[in-house]
Amino acid sequence: MNSGDTAFMLIASALVMFMTPGLAMFYGGLVRSKNVLGTIMQSFISLGIVSIIWVLYGYSLAFGPDVSGLIGNFDLAFLNGVGLKPGPYAATIPGLLYCAFQLMFAIITPALITGAFAERMKFSAFVAFTILWTTFVYLPVCHWVWGGGWLGKLGALDFAGGTVIHLNSGVAALVAAIMLGRRKGYGRDSFLPHNLPMTILGAGILWFGWFGFNAGSALSAGETAVVAFFSTQVATGAAALSWIMVERMMHGKSTTLGAASGAVAGLVAITPAAGFVGPVSAVIIGLVAGLICYMAVIAKSRFGYDDALDVVGVHGVGGLWGALATGLFASKVMNPAGSDGLFFGNPHQFLVQGIAAGSAILYSLVLTFVILKVIDIIIGLRVNEEDEVQGLDLSQHSEVGYSL
Amino acid sequence: MKKIEAIIKPFKLDDVKDALNSIGIKGMTISEVKGYGRQKGQKEIYRGAEYMVNFIPKVKLEIVVTDSEAEDVVKKICEAAYTGNIGDGKIFVLPIEEVVRVRTGERGEKAV
Repeated sequence: MNSGDTAFMLIASALVMFMTPGLAMFYGGLVRSKNVLGTIMQSFISLGIVSIIWVLYGYSLAFGPDVSGLIGNFDLAFLNGVGLKPGPYAATIPGLLYCAFQLMFAIITPALITGAFAERMKFSAFVAFTILWTTFVYLPVCHWVWGGGWLGKLGALDFAGGTVIHLNSGVAALVAAIMLGRRKGYGRDSFLPHNLPMTILGAGILWFGWFGFNAGSALSAGETAVVAFFSTQVATGAAALSWIMVERMMHGKSTTLGAASGAVAGLVAITPAAGFVGPVSAVIIGLVAGLICYMAVIAKSRFGYDDALDVVGVHGVGGLWGALATGLFASKVMNPAGSDGLFFGNPHQFLVQGIAAGSAILYSLVLTFVILKVIDIIIGLRVNEEDEVQGLDLSQHSEVGYSL
Repeated sequence: MKKIEAIIKPFKLDDVKDALNSIGIKGMTISEVKGYGRQKGQKEIYRGAEYMVNFIPKVKLEIVVTDSEAEDVVKKICEAAYTGNIGDGKIFVLPIEEVVRVRTGERGEKAV
């Protein structure tokens, strides 16, 4: 055990935890004021729900001994045997700390999806969704890539969760947005964000926390953490810039929401590549991310689904780009434990990244559909019309965000 | 006696006030109002989606003057509030039947 690494990973875990309330602020500011608490709650309560799942069986299914490359077994249920000695995944920190770090990832992933069905889902249905989706979608995909499953064995690179977290949640968001249907008044009424400063602050917290997410994924306070930290910063800055530049070309103005959205797109895109690419590659990944995520958000209105807060455009498309970009830009010079990508003479890696992304998309698509269908039959996904007009704050929680 | 109601762009208020002072107009009532005319509101853009926000902030001045002053006042407001862009505003001139000064009980033009 190494106390420097342990100290670093404790901080990194806390930083990743902070991303979830940051996300709550980010999403909370984007909805109408009558839904601010309902939206914040859907992120915040993941901290409770997923923590319990993680202790009971979550960590075991994701990181326990492998069963046919598909899922972990129940050997580590109730964190049996997960203690203060270094575990199999990180040689220099306590096993329980690795478990805690991974827990923070598992918490934010279902919270990301909530942006797709913002302003219209029952709280009870949401709780059921978080439990089922974490169990049947997050845990297996996490195991495939990081827990000794088939994608990891195939050589898929996903440094901090582009496929496991962002692509996975982005695809689930698309399914959820379509299945819940559009918000009442969509296309007729305007759904103006009620507090953009809150959204910008949330984006800032996300950016800050993301250093724990990406640099922490090195699992030690060493060279790879530095690579990941640096690429995270420059890719994010580049993406914020490219988003507002396209905006200016299309609409004549650069918006703050554009800068915040671009930053999140950059963070998402660099995530899988963070510890494998150099600074220049990171800047390119970021610039392209801002551009294509902006296009994806614009394209939404053509398709007509109501992904309220653009989870598909930002996390889905950004995550897909990041996963593929890792196969293009990865370099062993930056991380000898990684692989070279297509641009460094290894087209095979690009193919592997494509397979990983494709299988995650397909799996998340089908399973999310089944889970939502089951919840719809048993509980009902959507609040009734009266509750939707009244807002989730009052109808679901008997509170209001503001008494001015 | 006439009442002049002028809806102008908020940033032009000081110019209009100074212009009216220069011709001896001593008092006015102003209020912050919202509305729209031919320009149909302003555009707001959120993640590439354009929303029309119909009501734009304006300032409304209300001034009561004698019949002989009215034309000058209208002219001065027009000059001072002019930018040449859409949304410069409108001026309405209304007849006033009676004016009473509360402190003295004076009536008519003496009370204006």
